[in-house]
Amino acid sequence: MIETKNLTKSFWDGGTETKVLKNINLFVKEKEFVAIMGRSGAGKSTLLYQISLLDEPTEGEIIIRGAETRGMAQKEKTLFRLTQCGYVFQDYALLPDLTARENVALPLLMQGLPRKEAYAKAEDALGRVRLAHRAGNLPSALSGGEQQRVSIARAIAHRPALLFADEPTANLDNESSEAIMDIFSELHKSGQTIIMVTHEEEYARRAERVVTIDDGKIISSIPRA
Amino acid sequence: MPHQLLLNARIGFFLAIRHIRRASLWTTGLIVFVMVLTFLNLVVVSGILVGLIQGSIDQVRTEFTGDIIISAPDDKKYIENSPNLISLVGGMPEVRAISPRYSAGATLEANYKTRKETDKPDTAGAQVFGIDPARENAVTGLAALVGDGAYLSPDDYDQIIIGQFLLSQYVPVDDPNFAALDNVTVGSKIRITVGKVTREVTVKGIIKSKTDALTRNVFMVDSQFRSMIGRNDGNVAQIAVLLADGMNAVAVREKLELYGASAFAKLQTFEEALPKFLEDIVNTFNMLGSAFSSIGLVVASITIFIVIFINAITRRKYIGIMKGIGIDGGAIQFSYAFQSIFYAVVGSAIGLLVVYGFLVPFIAAHPIDFPFSDGILVAPWGETMFRIALLVFSTVVAGFIPARMIVRKNTLDSILGRN
Repeated sequence: MIETKNLTKSFWDGGTETKVLKNINLFVKEKEFVAIMGRSGAGKSTLLYQISLLDEPTEGEIIIRGAETRGMAQKEKTLFRLTQCGYVFQDYALLPDLTARENVALPLLMQGLPRKEAYAKAEDALGRVRLAHRAGNLPSALSGGEQQRVSIARAIAHRPALLFADEPTANLDNESSEAIMDIFSELHKSGQTIIMVTHEEEYARRAERVVTIDDGKIISSIPRA
Repeated sequence: MPHQLLLNARIGFFLAIRHIRRASLWTTGLIVFVMVLTFLNLVVVSGILVGLIQGSIDQVRTEFTGDIIISAPDDKKYIENSPNLISLVGGMPEVRAISPRYSAGATLEANYKTRKETDKPDTAGAQVFGIDPARENAVTGLAALVGDGAYLSPDDYDQIIIGQFLLSQYVPVDDPNFAALDNVTVGSKIRITVGKVTREVTVKGIIKSKTDALTRNVFMVDSQFRSMIGRNDGNVAQIAVLLADGMNAVAVREKLELYGASAFAKLQTFEEALPKFLEDIVNTFNMLGSAFSSIGLVVASITIFIVIFINAITRRKYIGIMKGIGIDGGAIQFSYAFQSIFYAVVGSAIGLLVVYGFLVPFIAAHPIDFPFSDGILVAPWGETMFRIALLVFSTVVAGFIPARMIVRKNTLDSILGRN
């Protein structure tokens, strides 16, 4: 599904190079739920940004569903993210001017769906995260947990091949975090491939496999017992 | 590609509508207000400048020439066969009223009874018109322009009405090029000399207007004037023609030409009779107005640029997120372009209401009092539409550029707020 070969990412500060990812070789199978763990600054989010095509690696290859992504133009990458990927960000990243329904429908509209169909699919996705009754609310009228559920609905509404989540529970209380993780578990059970960055072991344990990164290297990749 | 463009436009419109609908009312109101002021600057500044002259032109039409002025050919002092022409024109269904006028150059002299032999005579040159008071009033409303004293009656003997700028107390500046009579008021006696004929007349009224043709000339009853110039054939120097409402002056002039009137008279619509310098002034003022308006347009464009730039900068994270979830950068740029269009169109619409619903009728009813004319606001629809198109275009460009600058930034940097 996703394979990285010798993935390296460096940042330059003046003349000084800082290698954040060092020769990462990772393989994620279709329908797999992988949690990426590590202490703060270990490079887990940077890895997620590379494999989700939000950023460009310094060296190495990323192969998604058999396609080498390195030579892709920005337009191609944008289209790839639109059709193949779903994103759940730590801070929900909902557009404040759009209602929950409109936020979820936006990628569907961009795919060319008529508004009626896009809204129907958006409401279906909101139903899957148990927020159908809040479809007409603006993000400012929703709690943090609700906003994150809308964010998940937006990420899954177009049934992407890959779902990327960057610390989806970091800003939530325990109850909301549990609810979010329950949704991820359900999505996984329904066959969704999920790659999630987290620093909370308790939630990482919900994944099939936990990949731990330290100092830009994978130090362990342990399947759940 | 066209499909992608349409899709981007559709998403851009979707985002723009929601952004405007849910934006702060104050902010939107302020931007629209700037657009209204820009629109007014574009339309009103040049409109007033042109209106200064247009007001003057309109006054000449309503107070002197009428819609068509028939005058003697350049090489003659009168129109041959005038009685027939008067009867022809007066009988046309398109014509509401006509005023035949006799005319001759004259020298006016005042204070001749008190002048010492060594004193310079108190004289002024003027054109004297012999008119039928009732017919003249029907065409030009001259009676209403007599500010002091009274208008002429058909049986007035040796009485005149005189333009105010022939009297020194009304001349605003002491200009040696424009001689004026001293101490002449209503009831004063002056001498008029036409050719070799001199007659003493009494000032019955003083014409107060901003039309030179009235304020520097003298009017008397035609029967009296005929005896001064020795005309008994009824041939007049000019005929002012007032058309019925809705009649086209050019069409009527052409009809008169078909009747052969141009063989012995010069036929001109009031516009054709205007001196060329007036046309030149209108064009110059138009140019000046456009120059001032251009400055306003640049200011408005910069305002929109700043507004959209700040908006896009503060929403950079959301722009990054949109790009991150696969929204095409073009769609985001479209959304800002649509927002700019909204501001420009709403601003222009309010501006249109202000201009055509209030300013034009108000200034027409209460003209701006300039020394040489009653200024009106000239705002032809065609030109206004062109200016709106110009405003919308420059606003869209001004909104599109900053949006493009922000959209082109790295997606992840935008999401994470990195520089």
